[in-house]
Amino acid sequence: MSLHDQTSPSLLPMIKRSVIATIIAFFLFLPTLGLKTTASGGVDGLFLTYRWLLLGIGCGFIFVIRMAYELFWAPKDGDQKPAKTQSALAKTLGSAKIAKSVGPLLLAFAIVFPFLPFSDRYILDLGILIITYVMLGWGLQIVVGLAGLLDLGYVAFYAVGAYSYALLSIHFGFGFWMCLPLAGLLAATWGIVLGFPVLRLRGDYLAIVTLAFGEIIRVILLNWRGFTGGSNGLSSIPRPSFFGLPFNQEPGGFAATFGLEYSSMQRIVFLYFLILALAVFTFFVTARLRRLPIGRAWEALREDEIACRSLGINTVNTKLSAFAIGAMFGGFAGSFFAAKQAFVSPESFNFMESATILAIVVLGGMSSQLGVVFSAIAMVGGVELLRQLQFLKVIFGNDFDPSQLRLLLFGLAMVLMMLWRPRGLVSTRMPTVFLKDKKTVSAAMISQGRG
Amino acid sequence: MSQPLLTVNNLTMRFGGLTAVDSVTFDVYRNHITAVIGPNGAGKTTAFNCITGFYKPTDGQIVLRHKDDKEFKLEEMEDFRISQHAKVARTFQNIRLFGGMTVLENLMIAQHNHLMKASAYTIGGIFNTPSYQRAQEAAKKKALSWMDRVGITDRADDPAAALPYGAQRKLEIARAMCTDPVLLCLDEPAAGLNPKESEELNALLRSIRDHDDVGILLIEHDMSVVMEISDHIIVLDYGRKISDGTATEVRNDPAVIKAYLGVVEE
Amino acid sequence: MNYFIQQLINGLTLGSIYGLIAIGYTMVYGIIGMINFAHGDVFMVGAFVSLITVIVFGITGTTSIALGIGALILVAAISMIIAGIYGWTIERLAYRPLRGSFRLAPLITAIGVSIFLQNFVQATQGARVKPLNAIISGGFTILEGNDFVVRITYMQILIVVLTFLLMSGFTYLISKTPLGRAQRACEQDMKMAMLLGIDVNTTISTTFVIGAALAAVAGLMYLLYYGVIDFYIGFSAGIKAFTAAVLGGVGSLPGAMLGGLVIGLIEVFFAAYFSSEYKDVAAFSMLIVVLIFMPQGLLGRPEIEKV
Repeated sequence: MSLHDQTSPSLLPMIKRSVIATIIAFFLFLPTLGLKTTASGGVDGLFLTYRWLLLGIGCGFIFVIRMAYELFWAPKDGDQKPAKTQSALAKTLGSAKIAKSVGPLLLAFAIVFPFLPFSDRYILDLGILIITYVMLGWGLQIVVGLAGLLDLGYVAFYAVGAYSYALLSIHFGFGFWMCLPLAGLLAATWGIVLGFPVLRLRGDYLAIVTLAFGEIIRVILLNWRGFTGGSNGLSSIPRPSFFGLPFNQEPGGFAATFGLEYSSMQRIVFLYFLILALAVFTFFVTARLRRLPIGRAWEALREDEIACRSLGINTVNTKLSAFAIGAMFGGFAGSFFAAKQAFVSPESFNFMESATILAIVVLGGMSSQLGVVFSAIAMVGGVELLRQLQFLKVIFGNDFDPSQLRLLLFGLAMVLMMLWRPRGLVSTRMPTVFLKDKKTVSAAMISQGRG
Repeated sequence: MSQPLLTVNNLTMRFGGLTAVDSVTFDVYRNHITAVIGPNGAGKTTAFNCITGFYKPTDGQIVLRHKDDKEFKLEEMEDFRISQHAKVARTFQNIRLFGGMTVLENLMIAQHNHLMKASAYTIGGIFNTPSYQRAQEAAKKKALSWMDRVGITDRADDPAAALPYGAQRKLEIARAMCTDPVLLCLDEPAAGLNPKESEELNALLRSIRDHDDVGILLIEHDMSVVMEISDHIIVLDYGRKISDGTATEVRNDPAVIKAYLGVVEE
Repeated sequence: MNYFIQQLINGLTLGSIYGLIAIGYTMVYGIIGMINFAHGDVFMVGAFVSLITVIVFGITGTTSIALGIGALILVAAISMIIAGIYGWTIERLAYRPLRGSFRLAPLITAIGVSIFLQNFVQATQGARVKPLNAIISGGFTILEGNDFVVRITYMQILIVVLTFLLMSGFTYLISKTPLGRAQRACEQDMKMAMLLGIDVNTTISTTFVIGAALAAVAGLMYLLYYGVIDFYIGFSAGIKAFTAAVLGGVGSLPGAMLGGLVIGLIEVFFAAYFSSEYKDVAAFSMLIVVLIFMPQGLLGRPEIEKV
């Protein structure tokens, strides 16, 4: 089948479809792109600005995109539908042997990362952010990926962890290592408190209740001013020290003790390794849990809850344990977040965070820990790349703030990535136990859970 | 005869105005195959779901006796506790396997409660204590022995959903047996099997009856299976028990013939 | 007592708006079983389109009544159409390719669309709140006590009456027309409906368009009632409307309306008598309590677990 016969006769319908798409886009854009309401500053409220050029650019853009889609990506009528093959990345990560070597390589890279020549403060901060999300992703993966329970309020546990650390260290002077387990414990307790009444609910109801719970926590944090500082948050949270040595210029500080020259980077590097250690800990614990009876029961729950009950598995306790352990890792991460920022406020724990973490898990693949690493890098790192959008000021004028476009593109990327890989980067699963050889289980077999 | 393993007394289940099971009484014995048969909608599966705790019966008593004379009132117990404590295992009419998990994993999950204890509720498991390792190995061995018995050992590392239909039925029985039941409840185990598979199933059920010290209660549509292997048959029609006895007795019962063939009316 | 009646009126007004948005959630959930997370943002887009159209037409409080009403109907029609196109486009691009695929995928794309729409409107219209001077002002005083005067504004009457009319219209549509039958058939069993010759794609698209159009009406009413909107109103209104849909029983139109009224009343009464800061907590707690004791919602059909 030559490409030539295929394209030339169908060019006209392609243009027709593209024109239709453009007309639809015209109506979509007309009131939003084409007309802008601006406050006049007077009593009369608003006046309109007409932006016909922008509207034209928008519509032209859609025409080009649609045309490109028709020419390059759309399935042609004559084509056999290509068998859905896994992408190279998924194949690589899905295979047991390669996954085994990719993991240590990634870890090795993560360890030398702070000492690489390009690692300035900005890059390290980004590294810390990505690893935090990887850790959160692994925590949520237990709930969503393994147990199949849809949790839209995971950020609540992150918040509980962060505020636990903040409050315990401010009021009781507890150190980081003291607060960390307490924060995890408190978050796990909240996981159980929330889980107990609602886990009998069917899937989507569970999703909306967890979402509601996340919002409740945020509203409480926002309004219980005496305790949480309200929207001002809690500041001057003690920073973690290196086994009792603070990162400052004082004689008893880290730099002085080790005879180094003081640099603010030392604290950042320390924080980097702290979160890396926490993430590695999370990795090993969650990987181990998956191979234990409890982890198998979580997956069985996702596959078929009724069959679980027929085998004597207490499904309520099993779900609760998934919720609690997932929440615990959220609490750990939150604790680290508070320690790093030395400041917490409810703003950091909005629904966007929950959505981002959930997207990382779903895009990563429900039961692949490596997938989560790559999707966290893509999502968090990608969003950071979008910060470099200053050139757009040329088009939109100087009062334009590219950071708005950043989130806009983030939303768009979320849609496109899910369309591209609905089951995530790594959709296969590894058996937890085997007789002769470990074969990956293909995605089509795996149930999605009702939660 | 010895004490019955399971005594069902006056079991009644109503859904709104519909009485699916109407004061049904019967016994199930250890080392016996007891079959519940009846036309579509006779209330067989409903009765089954009451015994295994998935439905709470409207009325009646279901008592299960262990060898040590311990008695369990199944109608008061939650479904998973019936499996966990009273040791009643079941399969489902439309097979319910953990499709994305391997055959071996399916059989390991059946030993969940035992393994949970062995892993000291996960804490010991995290540190991989020797006692947990031993329990894990023993569980694997047991799973292997059941795979051997039903003949699916070569598929041990394949996902359950990839197995052919007949093998899935066998796996579901093996999985139920891995919970160490005293009563095995099978919901239409021969449905969808070809004659050869059906024959293998009969042999398997006989072997379980003779060697594993359990009572088997099965629902079946396929009369050839029922008549061939059952020690005791209970016939339900419109929720009521209309006959009870050995295969020959039931076969010649006019009430049964009427229920199956209907009154000549055409 | 008078204070109570005043809050009741306010609660019913707010509840009507929630109810209209909730219909979109409940219909979509009923037909394809997904939480259309972007629906709240379609409501927001509807409010913005209404605002822009109102300004284009130059409608103000001083426009003569006949002209004003005519113009407002036109505004409603335009924003319904545009929001409908938004609803159609979202379904076509973000949900349809994933139909029958992994269950969580459309949820994530829905969240993505929601983020996109919010930031699209923020980028094109600016982040500042948009105030609009009252167009329909005035009202009746219905009760005059010594301490408190109960007033019902024309706007409130309009909202409640319009909601009632739309609700009746859509109940008729769903129960009596071929479209409604097709919708219910898809709800029951999509494959079977397809085999019986129902155009499932069109039915689902229509559902999205109707839901979006109703949300646009809600957006217009929100704009006129509160006189101020911003790009973020879709989020909290969306969550509350979804709460209303679940509360009323997902899949049930009267349930969505009832749920909307209940959520509106709870919010208003809690704010009036206890604390306005925690009014959201009250609404969400109510949701949790209802779901625990009545998982099928107020008017939903109970679901029997099949073994």
